Amino acid sequence: MIPLPRPKPDVMARRDEILAGLKALVPGDGVITEALRLRPYETDGLSAYRQPPLAVVLPSSTEQVSAVLRFLHENGVRVVPRGAGTSLSGGALPLEDAVVIGLMRMNRILDVSFPDRLAVVEAGVTNLGITKAVEGEGFFYAPDPSSQLACMIGGNVMMNSGGAHCLKYGVTANNLLGLKLVTIEGEVIEIGGGHLDAAGYDWLGLLTGSEGQLGIVTEVTVRILRAAEGQRAMLAAFRSTEVAGAAVDAIMASGVIPVALEFMDRPCIQACEAFAHAGYPLDAEALLIIEVEGSVEEQDALLARLRDICARFDPISMRVATSAEESLAIWKGRKGAFGAVGRISPDYLCMDGTIPTGELPHVLRRIGEMSEAYGLSVANVFHAGDGNLHPLIMFDANDPESFHKAEAFGADILKLCVEVGGCLTGEHGVGVEKRDLMGVQFTPAELAQQRRVKSAFDPDWLLNPAKVFPLTDNPVLAA
Amino acid sequence: MSLSGTGVLDLAPRTEEGVATALRNAGAPVAIEGSGTTIGMLRPVQAGRTLSTRLLTGITLYRPQEMVISARAGTTLPEIEAALAEKNQVLVPEPPDLRGLMGVPGAPPPTIGGLVAANLSGPRRITGFALRDAVLGIRFVNGAGEVLRSGGRVHKNVTGLDMCKLLSGSHGTLGVITEVTLKVGPAAERTATLVLPVADAAAGIAALSAGLTSPYGVTGAAMLPAGASAGGVAGPAALLRLEDVEASVTYRMARLRAALPGGTVLEGAESVALWRALRDAAPLAPAQDEAVWRLSVRPSRAPAMVAALRDGIGARVLLDWGGGLVWVAGPASAEAHVAVMAAARAAGGVFTLFRAPDPLRAAVAVLPPEPPALAAISARVKAALDPWGRLNPGRMRAGA
Repeated sequence: MIPLPRPKPDVMARRDEILAGLKALVPGDGVITEALRLRPYETDGLSAYRQPPLAVVLPSSTEQVSAVLRFLHENGVRVVPRGAGTSLSGGALPLEDAVVIGLMRMNRILDVSFPDRLAVVEAGVTNLGITKAVEGEGFFYAPDPSSQLACMIGGNVMMNSGGAHCLKYGVTANNLLGLKLVTIEGEVIEIGGGHLDAAGYDWLGLLTGSEGQLGIVTEVTVRILRAAEGQRAMLAAFRSTEVAGAAVDAIMASGVIPVALEFMDRPCIQACEAFAHAGYPLDAEALLIIEVEGSVEEQDALLARLRDICARFDPISMRVATSAEESLAIWKGRKGAFGAVGRISPDYLCMDGTIPTGELPHVLRRIGEMSEAYGLSVANVFHAGDGNLHPLIMFDANDPESFHKAEAFGADILKLCVEVGGCLTGEHGVGVEKRDLMGVQFTPAELAQQRRVKSAFDPDWLLNPAKVFPLTDNPVLAA
Repeated sequence: MSLSGTGVLDLAPRTEEGVATALRNAGAPVAIEGSGTTIGMLRPVQAGRTLSTRLLTGITLYRPQEMVISARAGTTLPEIEAALAEKNQVLVPEPPDLRGLMGVPGAPPPTIGGLVAANLSGPRRITGFALRDAVLGIRFVNGAGEVLRSGGRVHKNVTGLDMCKLLSGSHGTLGVITEVTLKVGPAAERTATLVLPVADAAAGIAALSAGLTSPYGVTGAAMLPAGASAGGVAGPAALLRLEDVEASVTYRMARLRAALPGGTVLEGAESVALWRALRDAAPLAPAQDEAVWRLSVRPSRAPAMVAALRDGIGARVLLDWGGGLVWVAGPASAEAHVAVMAAARAAGGVFTLFRAPDPLRAAVAVLPPEPPALAAISARVKAALDPWGRLNPGRMRAGA
């Protein structure tokens, strides 16, 4: 287990006084302190880690967030920001002496402008909620993480979330125009707005993906895009992961970049087919789901070209959807992949490294070898076009030895990703999960530089402490 | 080390370690530049010596099938474009060559390090990717002379704070960029431009907005005002570009023309030449004694702003990014600058003073002021990267 810092004795001693102060700032039922009602907040998508916080505050306005942060800062209390709590890296894991600030009550759409192609929303609006608000006019918000029904835009900004369609449309950072930031001192700062690009430092870029280390975001201005006329998927199954990897390379080099290019290996295909009955070929070692956009004629032309490319790699089978329904069927297994693996294993860890796509066959072979050495099964599903891997390591949480081995296996996979020129996390964030691996990717000087930037925003290290940065060499935090 | 033509002691290291050594030994403020294209931008730097990255050259990695290229900071834009063209690829954000606009047509071409340090993007920015969005990885030397990296060579990476974004657009004030790794994209099989004569900026921006809110994947949306011309097209005209596979451009252009009747179509090389001129803001053609500003605003507010600047200071403009990017040429005076600042604010946007005589750009705020709480953070971030304030002092703001 990853160590967390000791609670601050002065904060624990003044618990009642701090809770009373919070209740004065957020009247009504916006402050949660009873043990039973704190239970839902004691963990997030990384459910192996649990820790009830001191309290949970649910503000309903930027002014309340500002007042609460000012109060907590004055009292030296640690803060953990939380959206929907879907983080897979433990980004919203509480600390014993921390106050969780949950943004779910700030869920209003404030402004939509189609001529300016933007929407201004509060941080607690769900990812899909933005698209729902604009789809009547044919628009959508592009980043589409798997959790898009539940996850909130404020959390998406803090983790720089991706999704299956970022091959064409980019990740959260590429789809933002502005933010309202509340600093740890309670100052409210407008960053960006309705225009493209900063004049001056790119605070918007630095804040995106900062995992709650620099401030709390209460409002977000996002770009909304006009949707293509339609989309359609095809499926291609191959005899080996090497051959499928070569097909991915050929597609990317062809100049026809699909909007999505997803890869599943044999264990993942088997699990998904048993779960979703999507018609995946059970004799395949690897499967690609490829999606294109445009009018029906454009889809036909693009799919014909992609089919020709795949045909050069001796596929076991190919299936080109002829309708929206057939596309949905092809996607059904992939979208249910995590649930499917959950059905065959009581617990799994979802990893998130990225590798150069050329390293794919080598990395999958090494993961297979590790799987045998650790005696734990793994299913691989990932965004092939951008090399973002999601190995799902299956284990039994009731067996501490099994969990320990799963964590070690996961760490070995991420070290391998860095070794071949990739990184620890492509879209889930470092959180608490990968915190102690940061030294694998960064030199001590690079980590010290990032820490100094964090300190420029949060000199006392009250914001989401014990995440992202290892506790060692840290003057403020100690385990 | 040599003495440059301006009499400023000039450091031009050939290696990253040379940059680090130079900064560790500097002991005094240093002006940072690439090939010097945009040296006239923002404020004059207060430094006795200059460090140039122009000799840090060469493409260090290019993997077309992974859509990634790495180059040392002093590698020029034409070198990178030529290497990509061999594999039918392009820099998606279309970073510009502003030598003409900046009044230094004979200077060497812009370097990739300089372009990233200024975060300069061209017409394709409208599709969602500024140059800073294409920066997958960066190597730089901070003000203390430490060699540091951020990002890497993969397309999705959220590991740690994104120093690539912080360094992009920091104009050499936070670190000296020594190498960048960029995401690249496929070159279009075909490009074509719909040229629509329009009455004025309001009508032009309405046409651009119609194009950008269509499902046809417009990759350029600019407007030539009355009196300006480029690539054989005379303003006032709205310009909508399509770039894609052959069949898609054919289909989409027919649909766009049906939705926006009355235009003509430029194909192939003519379309390419037109957008090259727009990328470089060539049609603005400022007079030698004029100032140039670049404004980024909400597109819907641009028509009123353009009218106000024309009536107020006799400004000439060039519009891109669907009307959201407004290049302004006008009198190089403090009064005109105040008018531009007010116009940008009223249009919900920001301004950058791109070109003006030294006394003017030393005297005015060349960028919008930051509110006090942000200015305090800004100063601490600057100190976190450049503890002794040696890198490009005064470049972006007086006293910083």
